[in-house]
Amino acid sequence: MADKMALAKAINESLRHALESDPKVLIMGEDVGKLGGVFRVTDGLQKDFGESRVIDTPLAESGIVGTAIGLALRGYRPVVEIQFDGFVFPAYDQIVTQLAKMHARSLGKVKLPVVVRIPYGGGIGAVEHHSESPESLFAHVAGLKVVSPSNASDAYWMMQQAIQSDDPVIFFEPKRRYWDKGEVNAEAIPGPLHKAQVVREGTDLTLAAYGPMVKLCQEVADAAAEEGKNLEVLDLRSVSPLDFDSIQASVEKTRRLVVVHEAPVFFGSGAEIAARITERCFYHLEAPVLRVGGYHAPYPPARLEEEYLPNLDRVLDAVDRSLAY
Amino acid sequence: MTVESTAARTPRRSAGSKAGTTGTKRTTRTPAKKDAKSTEPQLVQLLTPEGKRVKNAEYDKYVAGITPEELRGLYRDMVLTRRFDAEATSLQRQGELGLWASLLGQEAAQIGSGRATRDDDYVFPTYREHGVAWCRGVDPANLLGMFRGVNNGGWDPNSNNFQLYTIVIGSQTLHATGYAMGVAKDGADSAVIAYFGDGASSQGDVAESFTFSAVYNAPVVFFCQNNQWAISEPTEKQSRVPIYQRAQGFGFPGVRVDGNDVLGVLAVTRWALERARTGEGPTLVEAFTYRMGAHTTSDDPTRYRGDEERQAWEAKDPILRLRRYLEASNHADEGFFAELETESEALGKRVREAVRSMPDPDHFAIFENAYADGHALVDEERAQFAAYQASFADEGGN
Repeated sequence: MADKMALAKAINESLRHALESDPKVLIMGEDVGKLGGVFRVTDGLQKDFGESRVIDTPLAESGIVGTAIGLALRGYRPVVEIQFDGFVFPAYDQIVTQLAKMHARSLGKVKLPVVVRIPYGGGIGAVEHHSESPESLFAHVAGLKVVSPSNASDAYWMMQQAIQSDDPVIFFEPKRRYWDKGEVNAEAIPGPLHKAQVVREGTDLTLAAYGPMVKLCQEVADAAAEEGKNLEVLDLRSVSPLDFDSIQASVEKTRRLVVVHEAPVFFGSGAEIAARITERCFYHLEAPVLRVGGYHAPYPPARLEEEYLPNLDRVLDAVDRSLAY
Repeated sequence: MTVESTAARTPRRSAGSKAGTTGTKRTTRTPAKKDAKSTEPQLVQLLTPEGKRVKNAEYDKYVAGITPEELRGLYRDMVLTRRFDAEATSLQRQGELGLWASLLGQEAAQIGSGRATRDDDYVFPTYREHGVAWCRGVDPANLLGMFRGVNNGGWDPNSNNFQLYTIVIGSQTLHATGYAMGVAKDGADSAVIAYFGDGASSQGDVAESFTFSAVYNAPVVFFCQNNQWAISEPTEKQSRVPIYQRAQGFGFPGVRVDGNDVLGVLAVTRWALERARTGEGPTLVEAFTYRMGAHTTSDDPTRYRGDEERQAWEAKDPILRLRRYLEASNHADEGFFAELETESEALGKRVREAVRSMPDPDHFAIFENAYADGHALVDEERAQFAAYQASFADEGGN
């Protein structure tokens, strides 16, 4: 039965389902209890599952992740919320040196099924540290998995799968899409968590994106279609691992690739995609892999973010440049 | 660095007289004197350095029923731990280990606290808790894998409820707190003990673990071995107050115990663990001890501390003081000490042989266990690595 719901609500439903089906699942974070989180993603969960399972924590991100590790060692499956992207860095040490490495350090004897939820990205007119896209900083770390849904259905299912994963998962939620509605079929059988999906078939060029930029790429494809260009849009869904097989299959067909993300282009996930796809598809490519993303500058004040973030025209410009080769 | 600036920032008992000479406003403030009094450290001690048993109204009851056999057991634990530790230092000098972090001098702090734990308790160590590992039944040879470079830990934490060594300072205190929160959720009466040092007490993670454990009333004991030195930095570079007094600000008790007095440490740790079990929440125990050796085998303490200090602490040696007590109270005879000497040498030999016969890991261990559920990139790179390795075989088996 497919229900139409906002992306934030889909995550809420997913968390509710996880809390219902596994008594070891816990929700932790700042303001996740009575308030339901600043984006209301955990709305109503503490009321229904109690303070022992939906835990308002002190304002200390390292403490949140560090204690979640301890709870995971005790057999729990904590889902922790970092309130905003720019607030994750106090926890970065615990995530990188402990959460990511303990399974390897123990030669596989310790598993840390911890999900770190991070609302990320810009476009909501927020103050500093509330609009960042730090996914590459986590994708660079072995031991972590990094995913980002672009729509309500994926948000629901990918959260289920992230919670079931025995590896730590950094779950980037596209906060500017929280209120976008989509159909969620809670009885469907989802595809694998780390598999990309072709969300629009095309023949002339592949647009690859994840999270908040998928919708933009679909709009770009619509606009390009009016000009007679037939673009394929690939929703990568997972940043670590990246589904290079799907990107390769698409590029072998279209021979052109443009990668779009909000994060800075420099050392961003697009760089890794460009390098690997150049290696895999060298003889198929008609143009170098192009990237559209943020600039190598601190995320600007809200009045400038439209200039900083990829938009329709900037992506179309890259599409034209690629097609001009 | 200027001596004046240090004196101005550190409220010592002598601050008042020093203030007169420097004449600055800050040091002449009278409240400083009052502070100094209120921060006067109090030390729990049941055995003096001379091996004399002193009465303690508060903590005697926690070791009241201790038998001569148990006392000999504590002595044996400390001697064997020191022997193992010395062997590891030698093995590093011989090139068999890349590094060793010696616990020399801290045997009482570790054995006293380690023997206070129950099987179902859970221990979160730093990288120097070889004596605690011994008490938990972890094979000493297992501790050496990471120092030899064949793994990064590798033992199963759950087989002895003894977590892997944690190298990043203070991180494990949060894990211990989270684990303790889980114990409380499960309704178990187990306790958790987190080890850390005076240097770690400056880490934000330690402060956060105090906050979380206090707020959730987690059954955890924070066991700080104040061995006076964080590599080259003395404790006064970490804290303006005695470390145990920090607990008060977080809302739970802190106690300083003579860390070279195994009986005192046993009693205080039993008390703290009992508090955890009975829902009283966290406790901070500061075991006041001394790192007799270098920070690690890579360190050179002659660059930052004098030998007189070490000599003064040698007089407070934890093993010597228990031996004096055992002898004076006729709890152990020459036969016991001689037998222990033999056992000690056998342990050294066993550890030496275990290390020397420790195989290098298989090359593919690089990729094993990076993930629990696998990862496409790891699979791809493993295959590339395998092909690269195989290319040598094709060239004639080299």
